[in-house]
Amino acid sequence: MKKGLIALGMALLLFGAGTYLGRSSKRDVMITSSTAGASYSGGFKADGASATVIRSVAGPAPNNVVVVKNGESIQAAIKAAPAGTIVRVMPGTYHETVYIDKDDIRIVGVIEEGRRAVLDGEKKLNDAILYSGNNFVAENLEIRNYKGNGIMGQAGNNFEIRNNVIASSGVYGIFPQLGQNGIVEHNVVSGIADAAIYIGMSDNILVAHNEVFDSVAGIEIENSRHAIVEHNYVHDNSGGLLAFVTPGLPIKTTVDVIFRNNFVVKNNHANFGAPGSTVSGIPAGTGILVMAADDVVIEGNVITDNKVSGVIITDHAHASNITADPESDPNSDRVKLLDNVMLNNGYDTIKEAKALLLADGKVGKTNLDIVRVGPSPGSCIVNRHQYVTAGVGDFAECEFTNTAATANYLLPPVPPRVIEPGERGKVVYLGICSGCHVYNGRMIGPPVQAIQALYMENPQGLADYIAHPQKKREDYPEMPPQDYLDPQTRLAVANYMLKVTN
Amino acid sequence: MIRALLMMIAAAGTAGAVGPAPADFTLSGSCPPGFEKTRAGVCELRTLYQFYDSLENRGLGGTRTALPPHRDGFTPQQIDLGRYLFFDPVLSGDGTLSCASCHDPARGLSDGRPRSIGIHGADAGRAAPTLWNVAFLKRFFWDARADSLEAQATGPLYSPKEMGNTRVWLLASLNGNASYRQLFDQAFPNVSGPITEQQVYAALAAFQTSLISLNSPYDRYVHGYDAALSEHEIEGLNVFRSFVARCSECHTPPLFTNEQIAVIGMPEPDGRPFDVGAEAILDSPKLKGGFKVPTLRNIARTAPYSHSGAFASLHDVVAFYNKGRGNSVPKDMHLYLHWHIADPKLTDTEVDRIVDFLGALTDETFLPQRPARVPSGLTPTQLGE
Repeated sequence: MKKGLIALGMALLLFGAGTYLGRSSKRDVMITSSTAGASYSGGFKADGASATVIRSVAGPAPNNVVVVKNGESIQAAIKAAPAGTIVRVMPGTYHETVYIDKDDIRIVGVIEEGRRAVLDGEKKLNDAILYSGNNFVAENLEIRNYKGNGIMGQAGNNFEIRNNVIASSGVYGIFPQLGQNGIVEHNVVSGIADAAIYIGMSDNILVAHNEVFDSVAGIEIENSRHAIVEHNYVHDNSGGLLAFVTPGLPIKTTVDVIFRNNFVVKNNHANFGAPGSTVSGIPAGTGILVMAADDVVIEGNVITDNKVSGVIITDHAHASNITADPESDPNSDRVKLLDNVMLNNGYDTIKEAKALLLADGKVGKTNLDIVRVGPSPGSCIVNRHQYVTAGVGDFAECEFTNTAATANYLLPPVPPRVIEPGERGKVVYLGICSGCHVYNGRMIGPPVQAIQALYMENPQGLADYIAHPQKKREDYPEMPPQDYLDPQTRLAVANYMLKVTN
Repeated sequence: MIRALLMMIAAAGTAGAVGPAPADFTLSGSCPPGFEKTRAGVCELRTLYQFYDSLENRGLGGTRTALPPHRDGFTPQQIDLGRYLFFDPVLSGDGTLSCASCHDPARGLSDGRPRSIGIHGADAGRAAPTLWNVAFLKRFFWDARADSLEAQATGPLYSPKEMGNTRVWLLASLNGNASYRQLFDQAFPNVSGPITEQQVYAALAAFQTSLISLNSPYDRYVHGYDAALSEHEIEGLNVFRSFVARCSECHTPPLFTNEQIAVIGMPEPDGRPFDVGAEAILDSPKLKGGFKVPTLRNIARTAPYSHSGAFASLHDVVAFYNKGRGNSVPKDMHLYLHWHIADPKLTDTEVDRIVDFLGALTDETFLPQRPARVPSGLTPTQLGE
């Protein structure tokens, strides 16, 4: 069922006929101006919203700068760098996988007369950049020929990924996952076997001013909340913009997504998604696809020459190639279709969509702008008369015409949590030391009381001992060194251990 | 049938009559390692992961990500009572098996078998999952059919293929034992009357939630000590989380499970019928062959692998994933294989590195102590040592 994301069988035809036949009589045309009217107010509201529009989320730039030159290793520089470092990468070609598991690292390419720092996986390496640290920034890089992802995040918050060129780099070009508060902007991403830009299980995201093309999916917002996708040029993919709930993922919802002011053009590329992948079911020729996502606003996009349909709204039941998940709501609730420019979409559509047009009583149409299949309760549309539609007859008029009141859903950079040394000492004692020491009994190591008797006035001596223990007691095994704890933590845990009373 | 019943009565009678004297057992007033005793007298878990956050508070992410919400807050006495029950064969119908028979501290809190062996040598059908870090789980059993440890306990206790007990018999044997009556009084001081099954399940849950493993070399790396992982282990971590291997998409840190049902299409051992897994529980054909994603913590300690023990070694498991999507799906059967089951084409070296990394998830610092004697006086039958 490769082409079967909307596999509409006989049951659906009957459903369509029962619901829509006889409703084709023209309703009164209601004309709405998007330059007047109320603004959408249903989206994310930050606590104590700031007066200025947030354009940066990674916090102040670190002062520490290291420079990596052609022939050197980016990873070696990151390994040596303390948290809070700008790694400046000079033009050249770098064959490596770069991973970042500490906070406040910025990898910034230097572009000289068009020459970039190129990470080239030579189709041998898996991913170009893997990050899990917070406040991560990647800028001005060129990434090509990796097998996995270009830039992949796992749980880093406050990230900024901008001005990168990513080509033919595997499954996803840019894939932040399980992160909060991130910006993906001004990237040029192409030739990707799944989504060029894929926001997975993340919150508070801005995807703006990117060009994405020649990929299976352009920009995908999946199981994520509070995302704005705007001012992107999305062309020549199989599907342009996607808002999905994929069942079977641990975070179950996609809510509050705005697709606005994008160019969504000629997304007719043959679908080359991997067998079994969700996107392999996208009909090639889809402009915008909403599947089971809620509160998706589609506004101000120029949607042209997408041969199946400008917009498809569907549910899990009509997607033949995806799994079941009783914890996922399968329907696209409260879709909001505001003014968009639609030209020449659906000129070579699939037979299921033609059947839906017929079911809507629309005979002889050679175009299709918007098609909805499956329940979509609470949805609305303005200026519906402008488009060729199927299945949106029961959408209400929207009570707003624009999203101008929403700048974006970004948050101020969250300052790092301050951990008091005493608190850290206690947690390290309980989490590590208590495995071998109890207050007044014998475990693997001697009782805490005996240790207190030796070191009560000398916490630094205890902190030093645990870093480099020597065998002291005949009847106990030698303690393994705890030198992986930094000196401050060792002193904190020594202080705590000497105060324990039970 | 009648003979079996008589044997059961005899076994329980023995337990009550000649068990150790009540005064021989006291419950610990101290919390297990890793737990802080609060002013309210209950044990709360402390770990360095509490200094981190996670998206939507779900405890899923990357390195410095908070753990999922967990169960704790039991008293030291409840935890220690649970420990006695856990190791006591009085919980089985014929007094031969304890929980620890299949969740053995010496075997990664599993049993080292492809599938567990229950009462009268029965094949229990599926492998015993490890109990490490069950405090963080929301679903139990391979097919995720229980949503609490208390509900889970009723499965093996009363399964005729596992511990073969009945509610009536369990309560009769415990209430017939003076030591247990006294220990339950200590653990549940505000409740009078005979021992109840809810108390049994609560004490077992209390003990199991104390089985914490968060001190592996991987954890030390996470908390900032770069040298905790060897070069090979780091390479393995990067293959593990790469989007070629995609292991971490389901075995997500910090627990190394996302607790979802996934249809992987693993083979059954030779001669075993196909196990439909969660399909039968959720009545969902799309989940035919679906099983809960297991944690990988202490995974190196719990061979063999899969829900029915199809793989002898970690290398074999990783090699299975590397053979491509659907390589072991029975002919003529359609499975909705998970979308991350792909054809990664990892090199042999990369497979080895993943196995190296999985070894870095081992930590048994807080291994529970097996009681020298249990209140019933019974000793578990050693199965085919």
